[in-house]
Amino acid sequence: MSPSEKVIPTLNPVYAARLNHRNNSPHQKIWEILDNVFDPELPGLTIWDLGILQDVQLVEGEDSSDSIWRIVVTPTYSGCPAVETINQDIVTTLNDAGYLDVKVDLVLSPAWSTEMVSPAGKAHLKSINIAPPNEQDQVCCPKCESENTKIISQFGSTACKAFYQCNDCFETFDYFKHF
Amino acid sequence: MDQQQQNLYRFLVGLGDDSVVLSHRLSEWCSNAPYLEEDLALSNVALDYIGRARMFYQYAAEIEGKGRTEDDIAYLRDEREFTNLLIHELPINDFAFTMLRQFFVDVFYCNYLEELCKSSDERIAAIAAKAVKESRYHLKRSEPWIRQLAEGTDESRRRIENALAELENFLGELFEMPAWEVELAEQGIAVDRKALKANWDEYVQQFLKASDIDFAESRLLVQGGREGIHTEHLGHMLSDMQYVQRAYPGQQW
Repeated sequence: MSPSEKVIPTLNPVYAARLNHRNNSPHQKIWEILDNVFDPELPGLTIWDLGILQDVQLVEGEDSSDSIWRIVVTPTYSGCPAVETINQDIVTTLNDAGYLDVKVDLVLSPAWSTEMVSPAGKAHLKSINIAPPNEQDQVCCPKCESENTKIISQFGSTACKAFYQCNDCFETFDYFKHF
Repeated sequence: MDQQQQNLYRFLVGLGDDSVVLSHRLSEWCSNAPYLEEDLALSNVALDYIGRARMFYQYAAEIEGKGRTEDDIAYLRDEREFTNLLIHELPINDFAFTMLRQFFVDVFYCNYLEELCKSSDERIAAIAAKAVKESRYHLKRSEPWIRQLAEGTDESRRRIENALAELENFLGELFEMPAWEVELAEQGIAVDRKALKANWDEYVQQFLKASDIDFAESRLLVQGGREGIHTEHLGHMLSDMQYVQRAYPGQQW
């Protein structure tokens, strides 16, 4: 057995709590529909995998026709300009699926952290040449996996990323900052 | 609004003004920074401060309850109605000045926002929890810059020293509290600024000493921001920042 096989893969507790909350929700269909909403700046990364989708609630009105779907999201960075696009995308996607009464609520608490990003989300980031967030800020090159990397700029193409270069293969890449 | 709500409104607008004014100053570097990475970095820090201002203004607008929005507060008030602390409004001058100011406020906000996370007002605590992470990251960037500029060439050293001589006038105001803010601090909503001074002084003194710069302590020399008494610079800045909304009221993207 190689050393890497001995490690028992574990989920970080923050993501595990999110996953548990989702799995126990009575609104599985809505969660699944929302898996078709992507971050506009990170191609192919869903808002679930990014960790900003926090909750799905059915707010019941006086009679059933007054009920609305309340979708709760938390922004990555307070000035993130993608938030409004994401809100619109949530409403449009649910409307297209036949859910017409939708309200998106932005909450600040719990504050988003990179621990909310799913393992699939981290794998996806790597596949689009972005080094996923690492709790120890140990930045690995997404191309050659080398740990021998250097920071070029503390801010990359968006507020959530820093710009790095690999000292071995010389690839330049974005690092999704640990936050 | 009763007295309590009025105090809370002033408090939130003050913090929002600090953020929006500094944000606008930082954004003036956009397309003018020394090189591309710095351009991106300064613009991104500006964006963080815009986000902060929006959160404070949105809450202030709700407290006020007159149907005004965050945009009304930012774009439709005059100079004397802005209550930001003066250090935020000073022109960007050169890169050394911008970074030294940033270093001073980063050290301050890392401390201040950490305390504000304990506010008994849950919404304020949540805003602070979001913002303090951003300030910690900003400090990671401003510190090496001060080191590099202070210990770089004679020219960069001279510029840091000039920046310090100017900025020293505006440091003391960060630790001043008007009576209404003292009241809010006693209720556990606001933070006692005065209590942060000793730590701030020591941290900055130690940091600058390592680059052979003498800095004794922050002293109160100029104040007035929270009362709407500003330097000659703010009005000019606002005429630029508010131009579109003033010329074309209600204009939208």
